[in-house]
Amino acid sequence: MRQQPEPVQVVKQRRDAALSAIVSAVPYIQFMGIQFERRGDELTAIMPFRDDLVGNPMLPALHGGATAAFLEITSVIELTWATVWQSIETGAVDPDQIQLGQNLQLPKTIDFTVDYLRSGLPRDAYARARINRSGRRYASVSVEAWQDNRSRLFAQASGHFVMPDVVTQTQG
Amino acid sequence: MAAKTIETAQRFINAIPHSKALGMQIASANEGEVKMQMPYDEKFIGDPATRVIHGGAVFALLDTCCGAAVMTHPSSQGSTATIDLRVDYMRPASPDQVITATATCYNITRTVAFVRAVATDERTDKPVAMASGTFVNGGGK
Repeated sequence: MRQQPEPVQVVKQRRDAALSAIVSAVPYIQFMGIQFERRGDELTAIMPFRDDLVGNPMLPALHGGATAAFLEITSVIELTWATVWQSIETGAVDPDQIQLGQNLQLPKTIDFTVDYLRSGLPRDAYARARINRSGRRYASVSVEAWQDNRSRLFAQASGHFVMPDVVTQTQG
Repeated sequence: MAAKTIETAQRFINAIPHSKALGMQIASANEGEVKMQMPYDEKFIGDPATRVIHGGAVFALLDTCCGAAVMTHPSSQGSTATIDLRVDYMRPASPDQVITATATCYNITRTVAFVRAVATDERTDKPVAMASGTFVNGGGK
């Protein structure tokens, strides 16, 4: 007899758990307080405003370095999630089995260029990354960040990343 | 002159909450040239498997150092903001080592400053990262 598909809630829960396992394993993402929301395979990164993210206390405005880190983290997690998602979809990997540093390695940044379009306000920031090309060896990613208004970007960036040799494989 | 520029640069850094949160310090400052350091911290780890710090932390140091180089330039109008910055990551920074960034503001106009910077760990002959970018001269955005 055919196996019943898992209830949708269980599937969602396991996928969210896989994402949060990756994100929470990286100390710098935790230090920056960056979170991720998932709709299917689409990710939105959120950087809640904090006083220690400020670079210009007179305005005040977000630090360019905080914005850059936010965008780079968004790109790295997007690339990682895209590969993880594929392995989950094909059934190659069980979402519960994913462990950063064990069967999953992060891509490494080659270069990253940030365009500061307007000053980052003392509010929460959001970002989404788009993978323009992902080959076996390297990937090209662009990423946009906004605050209150989706169509008024405050920063955008593009970068290149070396993809890990073995992205994911089940152990045992 | 040098003492005054170091003082100006250190004040500039102390007033920036995010730079303070990352533990950045001025090592030296001259007109349009600033050296800054950021000690290793486990909080900055971007790859738990290797304990290498995240590129974003290096980017933040380079960005701050470039901004400081603009501020110490004799033609600076007293405030600045990044227009764009590119960072090339040449090799992973060795864990437990201090990162040192040196930025040079090599050209400045009435409105725009052009800056480049290099970051190394304790092995100084092989850069960890290099940056190049443009900054607003005066005003901010």
